Amino acid sequence: MKDIGAWALNTATQRGATYCDVRIVNDRQRALMTKNGTVAHASDSESLGVGVRVIANGAWGFASTDDLRREAVERTAAQAVSIAQASARVKEQELRLAPEKPAVADWTTLHQIDPFTTSLEQNLDLLMQVDSELRQVEGITLAEANVNFRCYEQWFYSSDGADIHQKRFVTGAGFDVYSFAGTEIQKRSYPNSFGGQYQNKGYELIGELDLVGNARRVAEQAVALHQADQCPQGRFNLVLDSSQLGLQIHESIGHPIELDRVLGMEANFAGTSFLTTEKLRNLRYGSDLVNVVADATEAHGPGLGTFAYDDEGVAAQCTPIITRGDFTGYLTSRETAHTIGESRSNGTMRAEGWNRIPIIRMTNISILPGEKPLTFDELIASTDDGIYMQTNRSWSIDDKRYNFQFGCEIAWEIKGGKLGRMLKNPSYSGITTEFWNAMDAICSRDQWTLWGTPNCGKAQPMQTMGTGHGASPARFRNVKIGSAFKGN
Amino acid sequence: MLDQSRIEAIFERVKKHVANEVEVLVSGGRFALTRFANNGIHQNVAEENVIVSIRTAIDGKTARATTNRLDDDSLRRAVDAAQQLTLMQHPDPDLQPMLGKLPPAVPDPPRRHFDATAAVTPEDRAAGVAQIVDVAKKNNLVTAGIFSTGESFEAIVNSKGVSAYHAATSAEISITMLAGNSSGWQKANSPDVRNLDAAHLANVAAQKARLSTDPQELAPGKYTVILEPAAVLDLVGFMFWDFGAQAVLDERSFLNKRLGAKLFGDSITIHDDAYHPLQSGAQFDGEGVPRRRVPLVENGVVKNLVFSRRSSALAQHSELKDQLPSTSPTGHGFPLPNEMGDAPMNIVFSGPPAGQAKTVDQMVASTERGVLVTRLWYIREVEPYEKILTGMTRDGTFLVEDGKVKHGILNFRFNQSLVEMLNNVLAMGTPVRASGEEAFDMVVPAMTVRDFNFTEVTKF
Repeated sequence: MKDIGAWALNTATQRGATYCDVRIVNDRQRALMTKNGTVAHASDSESLGVGVRVIANGAWGFASTDDLRREAVERTAAQAVSIAQASARVKEQELRLAPEKPAVADWTTLHQIDPFTTSLEQNLDLLMQVDSELRQVEGITLAEANVNFRCYEQWFYSSDGADIHQKRFVTGAGFDVYSFAGTEIQKRSYPNSFGGQYQNKGYELIGELDLVGNARRVAEQAVALHQADQCPQGRFNLVLDSSQLGLQIHESIGHPIELDRVLGMEANFAGTSFLTTEKLRNLRYGSDLVNVVADATEAHGPGLGTFAYDDEGVAAQCTPIITRGDFTGYLTSRETAHTIGESRSNGTMRAEGWNRIPIIRMTNISILPGEKPLTFDELIASTDDGIYMQTNRSWSIDDKRYNFQFGCEIAWEIKGGKLGRMLKNPSYSGITTEFWNAMDAICSRDQWTLWGTPNCGKAQPMQTMGTGHGASPARFRNVKIGSAFKGN
Repeated sequence: MLDQSRIEAIFERVKKHVANEVEVLVSGGRFALTRFANNGIHQNVAEENVIVSIRTAIDGKTARATTNRLDDDSLRRAVDAAQQLTLMQHPDPDLQPMLGKLPPAVPDPPRRHFDATAAVTPEDRAAGVAQIVDVAKKNNLVTAGIFSTGESFEAIVNSKGVSAYHAATSAEISITMLAGNSSGWQKANSPDVRNLDAAHLANVAAQKARLSTDPQELAPGKYTVILEPAAVLDLVGFMFWDFGAQAVLDERSFLNKRLGAKLFGDSITIHDDAYHPLQSGAQFDGEGVPRRRVPLVENGVVKNLVFSRRSSALAQHSELKDQLPSTSPTGHGFPLPNEMGDAPMNIVFSGPPAGQAKTVDQMVASTERGVLVTRLWYIREVEPYEKILTGMTRDGTFLVEDGKVKHGILNFRFNQSLVEMLNNVLAMGTPVRASGEEAFDMVVPAMTVRDFNFTEVTKF
């Protein structure tokens, strides 16, 4: 791989690039899925290629190819320089990269079992067991279960002298179950919606999830939802489970702190951000209990945003984003750090694969657990009146990240400190900073889970990226609930 | 770009490793995208790739392995992976044997590869961006967007004699114009880059940004809305996955118990038509079945679903057989194995009868009080059976009063049933090829819709 890197770096430099980095990526994936007692999906894939990013004439260019022969790699590097020169025809300002000491490193995800060494039979048997449990519940009309494995290996070389090899394992699994009755389709998922739980781990994650042990309970909930009362409309105290709170963080904190959005680079597609730069250290984002970090380090846990170095060769870091309610940090890159007076990137640039450029991405954007001991049961017991919602069903937020609306799969009424009747079709909505300022309780570390969102979309051409979000169940006061279904 | 003879050669190299049925999908090409923001090019990328996807089928079992390596060792490894995945499964009695050769559905399908698009250079795209930036600067605005071009192919060959090939080009321009507290947007695409007019799109987007300056707050509620084609597209896109027969067989479709029913207003007639001159994409499906033109909705009545070979076979033993005029394969299956089954991907709305189509200006002129919507954003399904969708307006939302666009308004959140919306259409335009961000491209009209349900207002 070093040879391939050298061919590209030398060609780019000779053609006039003032900076060049090269990423060679080998991406291997396996996806297995069952549906109503049959194998609905069984596939393996591998993708190997090289992407060359350059600065020439003060502008960016990028070219990529799946052909790793010398002639093709050199042609691709030359193409990247030509593209940069074309970029320079329409440029408003010179690029400035924050300095970064070039690293030489080799890193692999902490894992116990390489998922690709597990037998197909073992995995299909597990999914069939889950499927069987789900479909033993009367009223279930569709049952789907899946496991997904990925090994993403990257070699990074830069004209500054960086030489970084990283190998990342991702494992994911979960199930969805549907019940169609009358004029209603109800759905439940475990351990999370949209594919389940994903982490930078080996196969050991599958055992931790206990898919079979949870199948029947979750399927029974899907059927029971038909008989549940409609979630009421109005203003209520709201308790969110940790997976829904993870998505709330993703949409209303993770995206608005991306500095490329703030600076207008995503204005045509993903949108901009209400967090304009004068708000840094001048905005009350949430209540005193709200402490949020962007933490890509291994110490934070096996999140989908955990790595040793980002795709610009900057070491993983932990950045305080919200500190006791105050807005204290953005996600930055070498190109953007100077715009907020920083001398170094905080290491968030990642690319979907060899054929995409790195862009600013959420790492693990997590709310820290409460400092005082508080279990979920104690949280409910301390709530006189409210609604507890679990597992995301729909999510939407405006293109500056102010107004959001989330729907959940299931809810329960809270009365007198106890969970009461089940409620169907729950939803809530609000304005980002008003919502986070309404948080008045969050459970402690023993209730905290680091969730994986494997499908975050951003950029043109579109890139999909995995992000991590740690959260404990939390309570929010006086939240607007139920307008999605009642329609006012 | 690989031509058909090179794809046949790849197939022969794969086939020598396989004793049983085998199918090879090959796709790839070249793609480039120039991205601009803050009136300058800030990202500029190019890629080329070829993907070989191999499906083996043995005794009622099937699986797939994919690689982008074309050397013999890599192809052999992919074949081995597909066969291992295949052999580990239990037989699926509903799996169809691989397809034999079929004649094309139409003798002379429309051409979708244009040399003018394939020849576009980074300098050409930069020149297009320069025109857009020029419009922005003349209007004292800031612009962001993309100009992309590409050349691609997809092909399928199997051991039973199927051999189909499709080559296409694509070009797309998307422009956002930003003022201090307002914005405007336009987007267009075509296989032929000569159909795109960067300066015209930029001028329309700039006009919207200027007209919506200093937006005023309007109370949420039910309004008559004039939805430009991109807004219609992004809404209706959420219902077409449900027109796949597999979705109905799985009981996850809003069409369950509604086939043959009059679900929408009289003005709604929809076909899936891969051969329409404004459509794009291959004219065969993931198993190589030629796509058929399928009437999905006629005058508001749900007439047909689309079928893969598998869902067609399953339909013979279901109530679909008695509810639909045909359950034959229509050429809409996804590559096997997959959990989704089938879906129409070449949607074409019929326009109003001759002389009754309205332009957006005419729709505005005939609206006493309403909201003109340029574009929608972050649409998600809230409830799957009535198809309640939520989302936001974006980049050009206006109050219409007394037949005139009055001023920009703060963006709304909506929660709106799609079924209800398509019963409330007051006027329609001539269908055009539209492109948004939430759905695949379609041929759809602008619409005036009454009682559109805005539930909240945001801060910009």
